[in-house]
Amino acid sequence: MKITDLTALELGRRIRGRELSVREALEAVLKQIHENETRIHAYITLADETALFARADRIQKAIDEGSLTGPLAGVPAAVKDNICTEGMATTCGSRILSGFVPPYQATAAARLEKAGVLLLGKTNMDEFAMGSTTETSWFGPTKNPWDESRVPGGSSGGSCAAVAAGEAFFALGSDTGGSIRQPASFCGVTGIKPTYGTVSRYGLIAYGSSLDQIGPVARDTADCAAVLDVIAGYDPKDSTSVRRSDPGSFTSCAASAAGLRIGIPDDYLGKGLDPEVKDAVLAAAESLQEQGAQVRFFSLGLVRYAIPAYYVIACAEASSNLARFDGVKYGFRAERYEGLHGMYKESRSQGFGSEVKRRILLGSFVLSSGYYDAYYLKALRVKAQIRKAFDEAFRSFDLVLGPAAPAAAPRLGESLSDPLRMYLGDIYTVAANLAGLPGLCLPCGKTKEGLPIGVQLMADRFQEAKLFGAARAYEQVRGTFPMPGGKKEKEAAR
Amino acid sequence: MRETEYETVIGLEVHVELATKSKIFCGCSTAFGAAPNTQVCPVCAGLPGALPVLNRRVVELAMAVGLAAHCHIGRVCRFDRKNYFYPDNPQNYQISQLYLPICRNGSLSIDTPAGEKQIRIHEIHMEEDAGKLIHDEWSDCSLVDYNRSGVPLIEIVSEPDLRNAEEVIAYLERLRLLIRYLGASDCRLQEGSMRADVNLSVREAGSRSLGTRTEMKNLNSFKAIAHAIEGERRRQIERLREGKSVVQETRRWDDNKEASFSMRSKEDAKDYRYFPDPDLPPVFIDEEWISRVRARLPEFQPEKQKRYQEQYGLSAEDSRILTESRRLAELFEETARLSGLPQKAANWLTGETGRLLKERGREADSLSFSPEHLAALIGLLESGRINRNTARLAFARMFDDDTDPLAYVTEHGLLTERDDSALEEAVRAALEENPGPAAQYREGKTKAFGFLMGQVMRKMDKKADPGHVRRLLEEML
Repeated sequence: MKITDLTALELGRRIRGRELSVREALEAVLKQIHENETRIHAYITLADETALFARADRIQKAIDEGSLTGPLAGVPAAVKDNICTEGMATTCGSRILSGFVPPYQATAAARLEKAGVLLLGKTNMDEFAMGSTTETSWFGPTKNPWDESRVPGGSSGGSCAAVAAGEAFFALGSDTGGSIRQPASFCGVTGIKPTYGTVSRYGLIAYGSSLDQIGPVARDTADCAAVLDVIAGYDPKDSTSVRRSDPGSFTSCAASAAGLRIGIPDDYLGKGLDPEVKDAVLAAAESLQEQGAQVRFFSLGLVRYAIPAYYVIACAEASSNLARFDGVKYGFRAERYEGLHGMYKESRSQGFGSEVKRRILLGSFVLSSGYYDAYYLKALRVKAQIRKAFDEAFRSFDLVLGPAAPAAAPRLGESLSDPLRMYLGDIYTVAANLAGLPGLCLPCGKTKEGLPIGVQLMADRFQEAKLFGAARAYEQVRGTFPMPGGKKEKEAAR
Repeated sequence: MRETEYETVIGLEVHVELATKSKIFCGCSTAFGAAPNTQVCPVCAGLPGALPVLNRRVVELAMAVGLAAHCHIGRVCRFDRKNYFYPDNPQNYQISQLYLPICRNGSLSIDTPAGEKQIRIHEIHMEEDAGKLIHDEWSDCSLVDYNRSGVPLIEIVSEPDLRNAEEVIAYLERLRLLIRYLGASDCRLQEGSMRADVNLSVREAGSRSLGTRTEMKNLNSFKAIAHAIEGERRRQIERLREGKSVVQETRRWDDNKEASFSMRSKEDAKDYRYFPDPDLPPVFIDEEWISRVRARLPEFQPEKQKRYQEQYGLSAEDSRILTESRRLAELFEETARLSGLPQKAANWLTGETGRLLKERGREADSLSFSPEHLAALIGLLESGRINRNTARLAFARMFDDDTDPLAYVTEHGLLTERDDSALEEAVRAALEENPGPAAQYREGKTKAFGFLMGQVMRKMDKKADPGHVRRLLEEML
C-alpha cells in the first residue's frame, strides 16, 4: 500500500509509532503532487518545499521529544484558498486578490499548525466560493481525479480533488450552500459542514457571512472527526463563534446506528434526481436500517423556497463583503484608469469574474431601497421558516438523510452555460446552511460510468456526534471507499 | 404689501468620538496623534477575513449618554452595514445602526430668553469612524491613514425642535457639558471629536408642516455653526421670496468664504443598502446592565448648580461657573470640605482660576492642582500667615504645576512676620515719624489711616499680615 493511500489517522499512528518519519510522509505526498498536479490542478499555491522539510524536521523533533502527541502530528494537509495563511498567498481563486499575502493566520489554520499539521498549500476553488464546479477560478479549473473530463464540484473542488488524488491526507474546505458536501460527493471523499459557529470564521474570506462554515474534507469519517476536533472551538475573534463542550470528543464517536430515527424527505427524491443517485442513496439508508436504524419517509416542505432564499441572502451579504476589494489597499489594481471612481470601476471590472459580478449585482439589487423588504426581508423570513421546518423534523428524527447533489459530476464546461441550472443543483445542500445545521457527505456508491455518489446526513444543531456515529456505522458495512485510479480504473471498469 | 414672516426649523445630527482606550471593533489604540497607520490591525484596516468584535465599553458609554438625555434604552440593539465606496473606509461599508439603535426618544432642556425649552432627541446610535485622507498636492497623490478607522462614535439625532442659532448653541453646549461630565468624550469641535450637521428648513410663520430641508456639513466651531445657520436661513428665504423652491441637498460650509456650497442633491443621494451586519450578533441589554450604568452616572450640571446655591449659599453665577466643568466642580467641593470655607474656595476657583485659564489658553477640565493645596493656601491667607499678594503668587505656581503653597512661601521667605514685638515697634516708629497724619486720623480724617498702614508695611518689608497691622494700628492710635 502506498503511503498516500493511508488515512490521516493511520498515517499519524505510524508516525507516532516510528514506522514512518514525517519526512517520508512529506516526500510521498510531494511525489504524488508532482505526478498528478499538472493534470488535476488541485492547488493554486504550493508551499516552499525547503521550508516544508524544515518544518517536517521540527515536527519530527517535537514528536520524538514527546511535546507533540496529537493524532494529526506530522500529517501533510491542504487548505482552501479562501482561508488566510500568514506569509502564503491567499487568492480566493480571484484575480482581484493577486499578490495578496495575509499578514495574519486564520484561526482554523493556526489550530492545525499547532496540532503539528504540515500545510502543503492552498487549494483551488470557485472564485470567492461562488460556483459549484471550481471552473470560475481565475487560475483555471480543477479536474475530477475520477475522470479528468469532469469537474470536481465546488466551490471546495480543489480541496476534495487533492484528497481524492492523494495530494493531501486531508484538507479544509468551506461551505456556504454545499461547497464542501457537493464536491465531496463528486470526488468520492468525506466532508462535513459543522453547525454554524463551531469553527471560527476568523481569517475565512467571507462570501455569505451568516452561512459560511469551515469544515474538513478527508478519506473517511474518522479523519473528518479528528480534524474537526482540532479546528472546532470558541474563538473570541469571531463574534458568531459558539461555546460548546464536545469538540475534542468527535474522534472517539463510536459507530452506532441502532435505534437511530432517520428521516428521508420525499421532497429530496422527486423530479430532477438522477435515478442512479437515488438508488445509491436509498441503498445507504437500507444499510443503516439493517444495522438497527428506523428509516421513514416524510415531507419537509418549503424545499422549493430554499434556493431563492439562499441566493438572495448569500448574494446580499457577498455584495457588501466583496466591496473591500477595490484596488486601493491590496491585491489587483487596474493599470489604466482615470480618477478614483475610474480606479474602482476598472479594478473591479477586470479583477472579478462574471459569476462574482452576477452575484454582486444580484445582492446589490435585493438590498437597494424599495426592494429590501420584497427580497431580502422575505428571504430572511423563508430562512426562519426552513429552520422551523427542520426543528419540527428533528422532533421525530435524529438524522435526515438524502442526496448531496442531483447527479454525479458533470463534464467540464457543461454547467457554466446555464447558471440557473447550476444554482438549482444546490437544492439538497443549502437548507443546512440556512438552518445552521451540520451536514456530512460520504461516498455511497458509483454510477455505471464509475463516478462517485455521495449520501448526505444532516442532524440538528450541535449534533455532529450523531452524524459521525451513523456515518462510521455505514462505513463499517460499506468498507473502505477506493481511491480513484484515473484512466486506468475507467478502462478496467469497461 | 406685507412680506411673509418665516420661521426657521432646525434639527441636529451630532457625532461624538467616544473616549475609549481601544477601538469599537478591535483592540487597537484610539490615542490621537500617532504616526500614520501605526494603530491598525487586520480588523480596522479591513483586511479580508478579519472580523469585528464589539467593545462593550462603547455600549456602556452610549447607554450612559442615552440615560443622561432621558432616552429609552432598547433591550435589543443591532449593528447594520452602511454601504458606500470611499477610500477612507477600508471595508467600503461603515458599521452603524439603522434599524435598532441603542437609544430612542430622549430630551434635553435648554435655557432660552423665553425660559426653559425641551429639545427632543430622536435617537442615539453607535458607529465606527473612518480613516483620514491626506491629499499630497506636491506629488499629486492621496494617502490614507487608518489610525482613526474604527474609533467609536455615537450619533445623537435631535428632532427638528430648534428655531435659531442661539438655541442650537445652547443645545450643543448642554450636550457637550453632559458628555464631558460622563467622561465619554472631550467634545472638541475643532479637533473633530464633536461634529454637528445642521438640518435646516424654513416655513411660513404659523405653518404646521415642514419646509424642504438642507443638510449642512463641515461646521468646526460654534461661530461657524451660528454663521452657517444665519446664512442658510437667509438663502432659503430669499429663494422662496423669489418664487423658487429649496432643493433638498447636502451643503458644505466653507469657513474661509463664510458661505456654503452644494455637495450633492437628493437625486444623486446615495442608496446605502443598509442591512444587518451578519458578523455581529444582536446586543441584548438587560435591566441589570442598565441599572449598573445608571448607578454610575454622575450628578449633572443643573442639579449640581442648584445644590451649590442651597448647600453652600453660593450665588447663581458662582454656582454656574463652578459646575461648567466636572473637574472644577470636584475641585470646589473637595476644597470647600478641606478648608471649611466654601465661599473662599468659590472665589479662588471662579476669579483667579478663570483669569489664569484664559491667560494660559486652557480649559477647566485640564486643571491639575490638588484641592489639598488650594485649601492650604486659603488657610494661610485667612490665618494671616501670608498676605493677598503672596497668595496670588503662590496660587499661580500651584495652578501651573501643583506646587505646595506652604513650601513655596516658606522657601521664598514670604510668610508674614508673626513677631508682634517687631510689628509693634514698626507701628510705634511710624506714628512717631508721622505725627501729622496720626493727628489727622484722630480728628476723624480716615484717609490718613491708609497712609500710616503703608508706612508700617514698608517698615515690615511687606511681610506683615495687613489685618493684623490694621488692628494694631487702630489700637495704638
